[in-house]
Amino acid sequence: MVKVKVAILGSGNIGTDLMMKLRRSSVLELTAVIGIDPESDGLQRARELGYAAIASGLGGFLEQPELADILFDATSAKAHIRHAKALKQAGKTAVDLTPAAVGPFVVPTVNMDAHLDDPNVNLITCGGQATIPIVHAVNRVAPVDYAEIVATIASRSAGPGTRANIDEFTQTTARGLELIGGAKRGKAIIILNPAEPPILMRDTVYALVDPERMDRHAITRSIYQTVESIQSYVPGYRLRSEPLFDGNKVTVFLEVEGAGDYLPTYAGNLDIMTAAAVKVAEEIAKHKLSNTVV
Amino acid sequence: MSMERDLFITEVALRDGSHAIAHQFTVEQVTRVARALGEAHVPYIEVSHGDGLGGSSLQYGLSRTNEMELIEAAVSVSGESKVAVLVLPGIGTVRELKEAAKLGVKMARIATHVTEADVSAQHIQTARELGLETVGFLMMAHMAPVEKLVEQAALMESCGAETVYIVDSAGALLPHQVRERVRALRQRLRVHVGFHGHNNLSLAMANTLAAIEEGATRIDGSMRCLGAGAGNTQTEVLVAVLEKLGIKTGIDVYKLMDAAEEIVAPILAAPQEITRDSLVLGYAGVYSSFLLHARRAAQTFSLDSRDILMEVGRRKVVGGQEDMIVDIAAELARQKTGAAVNQEERYG
Repeated sequence: MVKVKVAILGSGNIGTDLMMKLRRSSVLELTAVIGIDPESDGLQRARELGYAAIASGLGGFLEQPELADILFDATSAKAHIRHAKALKQAGKTAVDLTPAAVGPFVVPTVNMDAHLDDPNVNLITCGGQATIPIVHAVNRVAPVDYAEIVATIASRSAGPGTRANIDEFTQTTARGLELIGGAKRGKAIIILNPAEPPILMRDTVYALVDPERMDRHAITRSIYQTVESIQSYVPGYRLRSEPLFDGNKVTVFLEVEGAGDYLPTYAGNLDIMTAAAVKVAEEIAKHKLSNTVV
Repeated sequence: MSMERDLFITEVALRDGSHAIAHQFTVEQVTRVARALGEAHVPYIEVSHGDGLGGSSLQYGLSRTNEMELIEAAVSVSGESKVAVLVLPGIGTVRELKEAAKLGVKMARIATHVTEADVSAQHIQTARELGLETVGFLMMAHMAPVEKLVEQAALMESCGAETVYIVDSAGALLPHQVRERVRALRQRLRVHVGFHGHNNLSLAMANTLAAIEEGATRIDGSMRCLGAGAGNTQTEVLVAVLEKLGIKTGIDVYKLMDAAEEIVAPILAAPQEITRDSLVLGYAGVYSSFLLHARRAAQTFSLDSRDILMEVGRRKVVGGQEDMIVDIAAELARQKTGAAVNQEERYG
């Protein structure tokens, strides 16, 4: 089968985990990993695995742009703003894992179809990828007036970027709950837990629904469907218990165990980002391929 | 009245006390308390949702009154006393901090779990830029070794905190542990050291005095122990004790007694006491605001609230993880009744 060529910007933890995941893709062909430090573990691994390891940043890649059509950006929000411009000019599609939010928010199971032709899409946040689909699942049965999510992650899985701007997480996730989840109002909370051994990522979703439209049976079924479709690309995504109902309040407890590709399994928060990014790129690639054939 | 002070007390009933009354403060209550505190010359009055700005949520409990209205009310009547707010990064954001500053707040206390100080950098810096007195607040201090606490406090200092508090959120520290922590911080930091206690093991006063003896000069209390769990160091008692010790707080003890008795006591449904649940908080080292949540979960799932709290403690749950209470309660209930019920309830 013809594959679409992709490259990764950023040779840190996220970039390297992406590299491991892309090796399994039947739609995407990884050709290059782009970093700025030739000695970084990510670039060394890329070389060992036979990929082009470009240590001169995006500029280096743009000297041989035929290497890839889709680029994952796993650098930083600040860098992505620069990258986004250059990639657009070069006619490349950007799948952005940073909080830059240059392109529209995408969640694979929810709104991917609307953004297959966009030059730049953004993965929101880890908490968003884990919880927005659940809010969406509730909202398609009973309109959600208010959605609130609490993401608890192991301290060790919260990188310096997240820590330096934790407001970005809460505000971006809240916006995603509204824009993509469909809640009239959204709120997000993040908690870091330093326990050793590190805890798995946990997410709690609360939704207040229109009492007139409350249907426990249908909401539960809708949530189960969503969980199943997320599991197709994040196998460690699961419900911790049945959804709880109290009046018009729905509570859902989730847990995300990582695949352990490069990052440790407790870092489900990072795994769901890289897994969602691959899924998004695969959908875009399939769309590109089908267009070419037609 | 002399305003000379050897140390500075922050009255936290209008913030920590929010937990004890399920975040039901009204503008009228806050106005009366803040006015009385101003008249008694209490230097700082903290007003926020119990979990800090932006804490109103399904996770922690929805505020009956928008906290910004409560803050505005407190600022308008507190006279010389300054109004402080609490912010927990991850819950509250810089946006709410700016809103509070516009309302006339003079102090920001930025709180993190004792090992996670670096998430406060953004908020500490913003508070300084807004011209607020800025305090770093290291919660659940019993959960980290002294060296870790010192490292994290130094980090807050380097971000711009002008005071760093040791916060015994679970009321789990013993006097000698408070002593060694304050001493270690005093040796390392150039900024003020503060102490915030909870009375779950009946040690809030003893711990506070130990902290003061070691040189802590920023001290929290709540009148009538109107705070989470068994409440905090009882402010009016503390002020009287300090006066007997010859330590000047600059507070009018008679006026504070009156405020506690006539204004704060009626706010509480029942006087604060050390119940078996609050005792377990201190015993198991659990965040004090979990108390009412655990009681509610115990009722819902027909469990002993102590079993829930002990399990919460065993799993090293940190402040803010109220969702774990229901999660754990559901799990304990499942273990108790077996898996058979599960299938029936699935679509129930």
